[in-house]
Amino acid sequence: MVAMKGENCVSIAADRRFGIQAQTIATDFQKIFQMGPHLYVGLPGLATDTQTVMEKLRFRKNLYELKENRMMSPKVFSAMLSNMLYEKRFGPFFVEPVVAGLDPKTHEPFICNMDLIGCINLPNDFVVGGTASAQLYGMCEALWEPNLGPDDLFETTSQALLNAFDRDAISGWGATVYIIEKDKVTIRNLKTRMD
Amino acid sequence: MSSVLCPEIPASGFSFENCRRNTLLETKGFAVPKATKTGTTIVGITYKDGVILGADTRATEDTTVADKNCEKIHYLAPNMYCCGAGTAADTEMTTQMISSQLELHKLYTNRVCRVATANQMLKQYLFRYQGYIGAALILGGVDVDGPHLYQIYPHGSSDQLPYVTMGSGSLAAMAVFEAGWKRDLEEEDGIKLVRDAIAAGVFNDLGSGSNIDVCIIRKGSTDL
Repeated sequence: MVAMKGENCVSIAADRRFGIQAQTIATDFQKIFQMGPHLYVGLPGLATDTQTVMEKLRFRKNLYELKENRMMSPKVFSAMLSNMLYEKRFGPFFVEPVVAGLDPKTHEPFICNMDLIGCINLPNDFVVGGTASAQLYGMCEALWEPNLGPDDLFETTSQALLNAFDRDAISGWGATVYIIEKDKVTIRNLKTRMD
Repeated sequence: MSSVLCPEIPASGFSFENCRRNTLLETKGFAVPKATKTGTTIVGITYKDGVILGADTRATEDTTVADKNCEKIHYLAPNMYCCGAGTAADTEMTTQMISSQLELHKLYTNRVCRVATANQMLKQYLFRYQGYIGAALILGGVDVDGPHLYQIYPHGSSDQLPYVTMGSGSLAAMAVFEAGWKRDLEEEDGIKLVRDAIAAGVFNDLGSGSNIDVCIIRKGSTDL
């Protein structure tokens, strides 16, 4: 799982494998979820918690938007998620969330990740998560540069993710890349090695 | 039954509902993801007109550097800041919560909060959780009684000292203080001493690194 900042755009991408240790169960598993027109969250980790946390988040976000009659910004969303995870400090959900989006008003790019008990990390380049995170750190450090346009950002994100999970035995089996821009979101499914 | 129109009011405080499941998963061999630690050098000194706090900016997950420029000097009140070492989420959340309690306390009493108050709130909170909240803190501030500096351990004990260090780089930093600290230091010399102490941590401790943050708290003004 990786998210990157670009010039007026952000990307978020993940592999599509769902497995029990070394046994692959499915190759079309969704780990990135849309939470708003410009807001996405990736939840790598234990599959049951991926889905539980996503449903809890969607519920709380919808309730906020109905009560407040305005869109939830990525910053507020991250604070909500962080508090939700920290509540379970002593019996955590096994997810390492990655949030990517654009501010609903200013369209400012936003990315962050957190650990499983909700410690937010807000860098201005890229964030990673999941089992291939060590490899992804290396790839992103090498490939990322400031002010990438949407097309370059797609290429950088895809190459970083692909080459990282080829070095991780339990990641891979297809990948999905989301490029989030002010007036459109492009979703591409990558064809990859299936081993 | 709860619904959107009539939601069940959730219990406040920590929730332990996943604990049993998680212990089971661990016994079955599930690799539990590790939480981010700060692996830190944090220091504080008193000088002639106030308190200077210092921190490095590295956050680690095991041996991976998770954040190269994280802020470890947390805001508590306009006249008080707090450095945090230990489990990153714990230091962040604990200081946030005490900060909001101090703000309410200030509005209720119409006075500038004392550093002793913050110290007492923090240690009572940490003692309640018997060290399971892994936050080692350095609390510094200036109030009506002048400058104060406390160090607070995760188990809830605290010391009031003229110069303190905590975190994995505390030994290196303390060596610098023992050699260089004097009573009634000038501000410029104080900043240099704090800088040198953190630099000693950054270079001699693998858990500390990157940049150096310094926060100066004087009577009536702070610089971060």
